[in-house]
Amino acid sequence: MYQEICSKYAPTKDNLIYILHEIQDTHPQHYISEEAVDYIAQYLNIHANHIYGVLTFYTMYSTKPRGKNIIRLCESPPCYIKGSENILRKLHILLGVETGETTKDGEFTLELCACLGVCGNAPVMMINDDVYGDLTEERVEEIITKIRGRK
Amino acid sequence: MKFYRSHILIGISETSLNAGVQAFIPTLRQELAKHELTEEINILETGPLGFFGKGICVTVYPENISYSDLKLEDIPELVSEHFLKGRPVSRLLFDSATKFQPKFNYESRIVLRNSGIIDPESIDEYIGAGGYEAWEKALTQMQPAEIINEVKASGLRGRGGAGFPTGVKWTFTAPIDAPQKYIVVNADEGEPGTFKDRLIMEGDPHQLLEGIMIAARAVGATKAWIYIRGEYKLCIERLRLAIKQCKDYGIIGENIFGSGFDLDIDLKIGAGAYVCGEETALIESLEGNRGNPRWKPPFPGVKGLWQCPTVVNNVETLANVPYIIQKGAEAFKQHGTPECSGTKVYTILGDVAHPGLCEIDMGTTLRTIINEYAGGMKKGFKFKAALVGGAAGVILPDRLLDVKMDFASLNQYAAVLGSGAILVMNEHQSIVDILWSILRFFRHESCGKCAPCRNGSQMLYQLISKIKKGEGTMDDVEQMQIIAETMFNTSFCALGQSPIMAIRSAIENFKDEFIAITKK
Repeated sequence: MYQEICSKYAPTKDNLIYILHEIQDTHPQHYISEEAVDYIAQYLNIHANHIYGVLTFYTMYSTKPRGKNIIRLCESPPCYIKGSENILRKLHILLGVETGETTKDGEFTLELCACLGVCGNAPVMMINDDVYGDLTEERVEEIITKIRGRK
Repeated sequence: MKFYRSHILIGISETSLNAGVQAFIPTLRQELAKHELTEEINILETGPLGFFGKGICVTVYPENISYSDLKLEDIPELVSEHFLKGRPVSRLLFDSATKFQPKFNYESRIVLRNSGIIDPESIDEYIGAGGYEAWEKALTQMQPAEIINEVKASGLRGRGGAGFPTGVKWTFTAPIDAPQKYIVVNADEGEPGTFKDRLIMEGDPHQLLEGIMIAARAVGATKAWIYIRGEYKLCIERLRLAIKQCKDYGIIGENIFGSGFDLDIDLKIGAGAYVCGEETALIESLEGNRGNPRWKPPFPGVKGLWQCPTVVNNVETLANVPYIIQKGAEAFKQHGTPECSGTKVYTILGDVAHPGLCEIDMGTTLRTIINEYAGGMKKGFKFKAALVGGAAGVILPDRLLDVKMDFASLNQYAAVLGSGAILVMNEHQSIVDILWSILRFFRHESCGKCAPCRNGSQMLYQLISKIKKGEGTMDDVEQMQIIAETMFNTSFCALGQSPIMAIRSAIENFKDEFIAITKK
């Protein structure tokens, strides 16, 4: 799998961010494993610790296995004053996990993130590639129930 | 060309997609067909219309009537009443209670002149609206030095934050004799509350591309990168399509219009780091490194991406360039103030009646923006403060609302203008709370390269948390100012130099609140 993805990009360091994005997106657990790092290091002929540096610098990457659906709730000031803390509390209760954790069934990972640029609809969260805005506790419950039912 | 009686402009944006606009459009089409109106009424999918937080929004021309928060079940009434009988449905109007119609202000728009009017996914509509005329002129009738002189004469200043004159920036790179030069577009918009670049790219991606092309010709760059945040899916999609259309039309590529000039434009997707809005950090990220800022000098204009001369410009800055070249510097200077020409795009959020975006002349006061463009405060709320410029911005009370919004008037607060974010808070919201949220943001986003910012942002967060809990003293408040000032004086880049803005303005303008909470 790694080989297939890497070979799409020229083996130059500037493609690292692309390769990491694609490996993470295609991994069922949405993360970059140690094995993947070793492979990329060899392919790009750079040190594994450089890759770890990059990996842990950017918030979109994870070194831990994550759930099928990644929830990223915005915690920046515009969402904060519109009550994102209440939404976070609701998500903790609904999912039974703390921030940064994955539900036991592997369905959801709950993360916080900085401004998503959809502040007109604050508070906002992203689940995978979809944006959900104007969140209320009821709406969050609806959304989570709907995704759970999709299985 | 077909002549239509009416045009229904439907805003396609993250918000309306969220509200189910994709199902709405075919249903509307069917309903129009049912009444045999297909030949008379045109549906146009366009960019953001200028007001949001309102679900599916449409504007009908030539009447210029806006509807918001439309549902599927509203369609039959809308079609039979408005489009068949010509009677606007008052219950569905944008604001049926106050009859407030959003002020689109098209006469003074530059950057958003096409946004919400043309189909952003069609290069033909952009060309039909006068698009790529400036590029053709810049490439075939103007020498690079003439382009730079025109931009210099226009007085255009960077819209990213610092407000550096764009033409002057280009003169650093233009004379350098190098085998490779780059244009890098900073589309890594991350300032909390800011999304004007997203709206520019969603509404009119070709205008940005045209600006890039002209900049490339002016400085002699043959490759341009647009560094865009990974979360902006719709922008990425639209820019990719726009670049492809340009390649197909031969507007970019090799030997463009037989001029011998080559240019290639590509997207690079970011991975989530606020600091990458700093130009040298952005370049590091493009090279596949951690986004830590570089020492300046040398400035990117001399040694940037892969040590080649690189011009880094913000999206909004470049989107102004086609207008300047097409209409001339004098026309551009008709907008704004003598020191700060042109317009500025703002996003107004929070407890105003109509959150939205607007583009207005530089120098308009904050009070006018809030009252006339956002309809004043939301019913039942009183104004307390406005956070202007996002996390790196300032908190202004009512008595400072008459400050003119331009780089010269804002003076020490100048950096806040770039982002164009205006977050309005009501009387129940706590300034300590918002400051806590801002300082938490900086603690998270500090890149860790330099000690003042790495340690300072952590210390500030601890102090404000203590104060927020009611366990702090006025000494802690004082301490925060000292730390933030030290960070301002000693940090490596603008990130560490920013927290002082919010802290100082909060404490100066809302001292009572700090006194009250520390006395508890």
